[in-house]
Amino acid sequence: MLEFPLWKKLWLWGLTLAASLLALPSLANVAGLDWPKSLPNPQVNLGLDLAGGSHLLLEAKASDIRAQRLENMEETVRQLMRNAKPRIRIGDVSTGEGRLSFMLESPADIDRARGLIEPAMQGVNLTREWDLAVVDSQRIVLTPTQAGIDTALDDAMESATEVVRRRIDELGTREPTIIRQGTTRIVVQVPGLEDPDALKSLLGQTAQLEFKLVDLNALPENVQAGIAPPGSQVFPYAPGTPMEGRFEAVRRLGGIRGDNLTGAQAGVDPTNNQNVVTITFDAQGGAKFAKLTRENTGKPFAIILDGQVLSAPNINEPILGGSAQISGSFTPESANNLAISLRSGALPVPLQVIEERTVGPDLGADSIRKGLLAMAIGSLAVIALMLATYGRFGVYATVALVFNVLMLLGLMALGGFTLTLPGIAGFVITIGAAVDANVLINERIREERKRGRKVIAAVETGYKEAGRAIYDANATNFISGVALFAFGSGPVKGFAVVLVVGLFTSVFTGVTLTRMFVAGWLRKTRPNDITI
Amino acid sequence: MKLLKLVPDDTNIKFLKLRIPFFVLSLVLIAGSWAAVLVNGLNFGVDFAGGQEVRMTFEERETAPIASLRELVGGLGYGEPVVQEFGGPQTVSIRVALPDGTEDTPGAATAIGQKVIAAIAEEYPDVRTDGNDTVSGKVAGEFRDQAILALLAAMAAVSIYIWVRFEWQFGVGAMFALVHDVSVTVGLFALTQMEFSLQIVAAILAIIGYSLNDTVVVYDRIRENLKKFRKMPLAELLDLSVNETLSRTVMTSLSLFLALIPLLIFGPPSLFGMVAAITTGLFIGAYSSVYMAGPLLIWMGVTSNSFVPQESAMDRQEKIALGEV
Repeated sequence: MLEFPLWKKLWLWGLTLAASLLALPSLANVAGLDWPKSLPNPQVNLGLDLAGGSHLLLEAKASDIRAQRLENMEETVRQLMRNAKPRIRIGDVSTGEGRLSFMLESPADIDRARGLIEPAMQGVNLTREWDLAVVDSQRIVLTPTQAGIDTALDDAMESATEVVRRRIDELGTREPTIIRQGTTRIVVQVPGLEDPDALKSLLGQTAQLEFKLVDLNALPENVQAGIAPPGSQVFPYAPGTPMEGRFEAVRRLGGIRGDNLTGAQAGVDPTNNQNVVTITFDAQGGAKFAKLTRENTGKPFAIILDGQVLSAPNINEPILGGSAQISGSFTPESANNLAISLRSGALPVPLQVIEERTVGPDLGADSIRKGLLAMAIGSLAVIALMLATYGRFGVYATVALVFNVLMLLGLMALGGFTLTLPGIAGFVITIGAAVDANVLINERIREERKRGRKVIAAVETGYKEAGRAIYDANATNFISGVALFAFGSGPVKGFAVVLVVGLFTSVFTGVTLTRMFVAGWLRKTRPNDITI
Repeated sequence: MKLLKLVPDDTNIKFLKLRIPFFVLSLVLIAGSWAAVLVNGLNFGVDFAGGQEVRMTFEERETAPIASLRELVGGLGYGEPVVQEFGGPQTVSIRVALPDGTEDTPGAATAIGQKVIAAIAEEYPDVRTDGNDTVSGKVAGEFRDQAILALLAAMAAVSIYIWVRFEWQFGVGAMFALVHDVSVTVGLFALTQMEFSLQIVAAILAIIGYSLNDTVVVYDRIRENLKKFRKMPLAELLDLSVNETLSRTVMTSLSLFLALIPLLIFGPPSLFGMVAAITTGLFIGAYSSVYMAGPLLIWMGVTSNSFVPQESAMDRQEKIALGEV
């Protein structure tokens, strides 16, 4: 017990001091002091509940992605059949019940049709994304496979996360965290955000821009009643536009999407002083747009944003330059938001905000101040109790406690962990519970002395016998800490981190360090009696 | 130097003499807690109930104007709001339910929160908005499921650990002690109607670990004494173990309280519920380690044989063959 070879002492002191030094930059930060720039600067991250900011949980509707895929497949099939030589005529197309089904006019075409569709059924990795079935020798039914749906969902979420990131970057906020969670969710955390509303309106906008031809054959009274003729869709006009409250019928297929954009800029149209967004297509999109306008000159087309018609102007002449101007009763802010959204790309799927937490910037500072005050008072009280009860051994416990707090803070800075508001409570619990190890050891030493053991034997037995209970007690704490970590998100996870890291630093400082202190003292003085 | 001794040496308190009345008391506490939960219900915050919650601090006033806030927010047309003190007299939490269908309209829930904040800020310009949470019904339901799962899993895992390290009787005793501690803490929230949130569940999970520390220390001593005094009647042995560790139990509980009470009084108001839960749970945990975990061991018939390796018939044969006996 008294044998502490030099290498062991050096190693223990080295570890203790190194971990404690890591806490200094964070402490300097809290105290408002400048940390020299030339030195390494590990900092404990402050959680949103201490730093202020916004936490958003976004969820995509998987059903939207499935519907989108069916529609894309329908368009692909129609194109394949139209371009087949000779053309394969199809009819009775439906996308109900989560599958695509259509009739061939002539059953003789079935093998040809199958041969053309087969390649479109394979995914990138040659996984089968669709199942093809022939019913009554004339009808083809395409059902998406689970693997296909999963891949589509995964791709959509991957690119949605990327779009969210680009949009938030456009806001110029610092250090946003954007992580995918589970299959259909994205967590967004933006610390210190002054105006979370701007963020939300930006993320709430899918920015799916579509240009579709107006269905001129639709009966106006049906359209206003929301009834679409076959092959068409009815969309409402966007709120705030001159036609608000009315509907427009558009051809379902054959339009183009605003996916192929190279730029979008908000501006003001000098002729009428309206806020507009000017979009620029890339080469491919520009060609498609030119084709659409050339083939339909003189007819109206609807500009649709997220399922709402902005306007339905006439195509006066083919638009070949690859850029277009969109107006839709924008305010300067909404024009700017739309420009950002279009620049960063449309979300492949609409996102809903299903959880949102915003913490004001003042609360965090207030919480830290009050938490530190409470921690200081609590620590002093615990230290006073230790000194009064255990004398010299209480001094060792106190030194251990100080290093415990420093090491805990230092390791959190090193590991890049986040300190949250419940984490402050975790610190206080750690301070209160850490001395339990010293109490167990010291009480045991007291007992052994009473039973008549000599000083060194008593100390030795104390550390050995108490060690077992310390181990078991910390093991149960560790188990509940793991449950906490698995259960919690954000603030609660921060609590779990402090508790679990604190267990290790507590045992290290409370048992290993104090043993070294006690051993050093015993060896130097060889007392016959100790006050404990 | 004379050192402080909170517990005199060689106490010999007959704790377990009163084991039946105290055990009944414990059962009554558990039943009472759940009765309180059934009768009063828990005051679920937005984490578990879903909805919109705004937290505000009135720094310029002694107390927050709760009654007039209730009237003000009630007049906005989002149903009857829940307005209550939150951790301190100056801080309030205001909760409104979200109308159906808000999930499908991006920003609708936020708009409600903004309207509530704006209406209050107009009436009380010096108010400080601390935070604003929106939790959809779907997420709230998931939180409920996860909370129940985490609590059960943690209790089971810790009990199994005790079973493995000690004996099955100790595991059962620990589990009953945990059920007791958790029930009473939950009961406190049903009685006081303090907001029951994710933080409180976190506090209870922490209690599951920390309230068991006392139990573990007493159990460890029982195990040791069972090996040492093989002929001592069990009740006497438990009393001896509790008395021997009494000083430590008092010291550790005291040091935890010394650390936690300042946090309760001077700490951030938003931590009040959590710290109150932890403090209660630890206090109750110290009691249950004696009066829940102890008597059960007697009734489940723990003996010293549980810890002394039994000589099997085979071993005996072997020894005889080797001529050791």
